[in-house]
Amino acid sequence: MSTWLRQHWQTLSLTLRRLARNPLGTLLNVTVIGVALALPLGGYMLLQNLGGAARQFDGNPQISLFLARDANKADIAALETRLKQFRGVRALRFISREQALEDLQQSENLSDVIATLQSNPLPDAIVLETDSSAAELEKLEPQLKALPKVSHVQLDSAWMKRLESLLQLGRTAVLILAALLAAGLVAVTFNTIRLQILTQKDEIEVSKLIGATDAFIRRPFFHLGFIQGALGGLAALAIVYLCMHILNRSILELALLYGSHFRLSFFGFSDCLALLAFSATLGWLGAYMSVSRHLSGIEPR
Amino acid sequence: MISFSQVRKSYRGGHEALAELSFGIERGEMVFITGRSGAGKSTLLKLIPAIERPTSGTVLVNGQNIGSMRRAAIPYLRRNLGLIFQDQKLLYDRSVFDNVILPLALTGHAHKEAARRARAALDKVGLLARERANPVTLSGGEQQRLCIARAVVNRPSILLADEPTASLDSASADEIMEMFRAFNQVGVTVLIATHDEALLQRLNPRVLALKQGRLER
Repeated sequence: MSTWLRQHWQTLSLTLRRLARNPLGTLLNVTVIGVALALPLGGYMLLQNLGGAARQFDGNPQISLFLARDANKADIAALETRLKQFRGVRALRFISREQALEDLQQSENLSDVIATLQSNPLPDAIVLETDSSAAELEKLEPQLKALPKVSHVQLDSAWMKRLESLLQLGRTAVLILAALLAAGLVAVTFNTIRLQILTQKDEIEVSKLIGATDAFIRRPFFHLGFIQGALGGLAALAIVYLCMHILNRSILELALLYGSHFRLSFFGFSDCLALLAFSATLGWLGAYMSVSRHLSGIEPR
Repeated sequence: MISFSQVRKSYRGGHEALAELSFGIERGEMVFITGRSGAGKSTLLKLIPAIERPTSGTVLVNGQNIGSMRRAAIPYLRRNLGLIFQDQKLLYDRSVFDNVILPLALTGHAHKEAARRARAALDKVGLLARERANPVTLSGGEQQRLCIARAVVNRPSILLADEPTASLDSASADEIMEMFRAFNQVGVTVLIATHDEALLQRLNPRVLALKQGRLER
């Protein structure tokens, strides 16, 4: 066990020294991997933030019930009593047709149009404040429609659903991008390791001749792929973090104009760790494929 | 310790390097293999560490059958052998010291113990003062001594050398031979391929003379 650990430790320090001895090459490889990973990672961060912001607005969705023309005061009172019994209904507000017309006249663009109207075309309405989710409201809709004297039900969560499906589309796009660039990362590592194997051809041959096992010869290449992948992941995180800061300056100004304090926030610690593990694993995979492909070609003669 | 029986080795394309070769070498012997180039000396030496496998016949090393040995077992066979190659196979990207310590690094010795043994091996071949040098800067004789140091650092029971004196002047060649003699005297079995007849006349050792892949005498 201690021999196994010591060999890994010796290999690790050897690999790090090799990387340090060729700083430009290392930097270029790490940059390629970092930029490739930063693209889907940045997209993922934007989506996460948008989703979070949307959920804030989704806090208490409203439902508007438009009543039939012939609903009288008794009908409305009965309806209000029924509505209060529904689950998830927090408060309700009655808006009479006269009040609705007045509200419309307040808005500048429409006052001229409304002045030409002979009679009030608007129905009475009841606005429900709920604490249900958009999905629960959907289920509620037919029940509300079936109530007497209700002619039309409008959920204001419709735009939320559109945003949600847009976000879903974005997530799928990011996932596809991530899969493609992950394949790219494996390819980059594959090639790096191939070149490294060629550079160390003599050493590999001599090592085989003096009794090195295949595991011993492979180990430094696995370490190299793993470390390179992890460094690439670190670079990707740094790139996304930097871009986020630059974007946040503009976003903060924009958000203040809308009276909001919205700003992009970064991944949590465990997300960062997961990304590093992911990129390191991909690096290892590239190294594994490269080593399996190229190492058997070097046999002493 | 080493035994060949009815060993034949032919390469792809039909060239027959060894034919019907049978002999045995006891523990602690020092044996020379002679013959013109192409007589099969190198092939014979490559069969012992399983760099090549026999086409037919049996090669036994320390009781292990080389022909049927699993690939995974070969490294452990080679660790018990000291190999000195015709083309030396030194690594010029590292120091003399790092060349010698390589066989110990791959068996997982602690660095301190490995360094001590590497220095002891360098001391034996008279290169301790040059441990920080790059092998390129060494003379031909010194490079050959470095090869010997790397071969013996693992304390092998068998030492195999392919033309160790080929490109050396006679004084350097004598030095090298003296070292092999010294290792042989402490019990190491030594097998040397050479075409240097002068060397043989002086030492008068046991000789396996090869001619076209067969034993001549």
